[in-house]
Amino acid sequence: MIHKYMLNGIRIAMDINGGSVHVIDEVTFDLLDHYDEYRKGNLDEAELYLRLPQHSLEELKASLEEVNTLVAEGLLYTEDTYQDLEVFKNRKPVVKALCLNIAHDCNLKCKYCFASQGDFGGAKALMSLEVGKKSLEYLALNSGSRKNLEVDFFGGEPLMNFDVVKALVLYGDELGAKYNKNFRFTITTNGVLLDDKKIDFINEHMHNAVLSLDGRKKVNDDMRLTLLDGGSYDVIVPKFKKLVERRGNKSYHLRGTFTRNALDFSEDVKHFKDLGFVHTSMEPVVSADENPYAIKEEDLPQILAEYEKLAVEYADMKVNGDPFTFFHFMVDLSQGPCVIKRITGCGAGTEYLCITPEGDIYPCHQFVGNDAYKMGNILTENLTLPEEMRATFRDAHIYTKEDCKTCFSKFYCSGGCHANALNFNGDIHKPYKLGCEMQRKRLECSIMIEAKRMLAAAEAEEQESAQDEKVLFL
Amino acid sequence: TKHIKTLTKSTLKKSAAKGECQTSAD
Repeated sequence: MIHKYMLNGIRIAMDINGGSVHVIDEVTFDLLDHYDEYRKGNLDEAELYLRLPQHSLEELKASLEEVNTLVAEGLLYTEDTYQDLEVFKNRKPVVKALCLNIAHDCNLKCKYCFASQGDFGGAKALMSLEVGKKSLEYLALNSGSRKNLEVDFFGGEPLMNFDVVKALVLYGDELGAKYNKNFRFTITTNGVLLDDKKIDFINEHMHNAVLSLDGRKKVNDDMRLTLLDGGSYDVIVPKFKKLVERRGNKSYHLRGTFTRNALDFSEDVKHFKDLGFVHTSMEPVVSADENPYAIKEEDLPQILAEYEKLAVEYADMKVNGDPFTFFHFMVDLSQGPCVIKRITGCGAGTEYLCITPEGDIYPCHQFVGNDAYKMGNILTENLTLPEEMRATFRDAHIYTKEDCKTCFSKFYCSGGCHANALNFNGDIHKPYKLGCEMQRKRLECSIMIEAKRMLAAAEAEEQESAQDEKVLFL
Repeated sequence: TKHIKTLTKSTLKKSAAKGECQTSAD
């Protein structure tokens, strides 16, 4: 299976099952329309050429020879054989990451919040130190031989329960030393309660900080409201700037959400850059159709065009060595995650769990409040998670999702978000269609950007080499 | 080559032969 496309003047062919990526010329681009028929013996060479009268015979023959060579070398039309790998078939995932909903309460009331303004549709609550400690102990004791463990402080707004956050970080360090584990803490915050002390603690102890801001002031303040119905932009931007200025080289992401109220989200990403932020992300709102800000199928053409527009500008940034990053345009073509990771996805319900302030356990933060997916309570003695539910999530991967089998993005998106699939299609095996369309476009953009960067680097190297030869000759 | 520039070769096949990653070297 291959996927070919043209974007920003660059023609690209991806070998889906092998991971190879090729930049091709127009002749090859057209030839590949018929190559599958040819290689299966349903079209002979002469007929193949007759179908492409716009190209010379000489060019077509040379192109065909190159394609045949790539196929012979296993770089095009490779087979997907990973389903039979022992390491995949016999995998026994263990928990290695927790999302701690440290507060089911919030000091903003963002219109689109999936957590229903912080309380997930239930009572407002703060996680006790006891529930937090039990959660970390569970993670340390049930993570098998995994050394690297992740804990994300989430909510609601975690800064509303910051004393517990601080105590848990210190407790995690204790547990790490005791059980030979490396606890890696992250926090997701709206920034309202940030002050110098909190900033310094976060910058010292948090491996990653996710900072919520939607972009331009008008766009942000349309959706992210204070409890008094005012905008939050002027409150939080100075605080985020201070946090990032003091953070040095540690990881952070300025993360926005775009809605159908402002589909020109590339302008918001560029606004992040204008504000001086380097690591950014912008996510499409995921919301029921009846909400006026929900993204609808009819919005897709504009959204996909917006990704392309951003990608063209971003590619130029990368060619010029700009450090600015957009989360969904980052792809590592030289390595990336192993194929097992790509097949199995996010790990919700198996490697990743979410704990509520009351200690209830869910497959991930998006399932909180859905009683059908409650897996137990962390305060239970000798806790055992329901094996049937764990197996359901373990076996929800790209080979059990019909839509994924023929999708060119399957090894990059890993089957998409289970919660979105459930919320829109009532089944974690049926991916959320709009999300898939956006993911495919982002992947095309990402690979184009990397192709442009690599081609520019190769060209610069050639020019430098030619210059060196010229100097030598003189 | 003239018609095709390969940017990267079969990274997936290589990785198949060989859980510490984050939820979502040599």
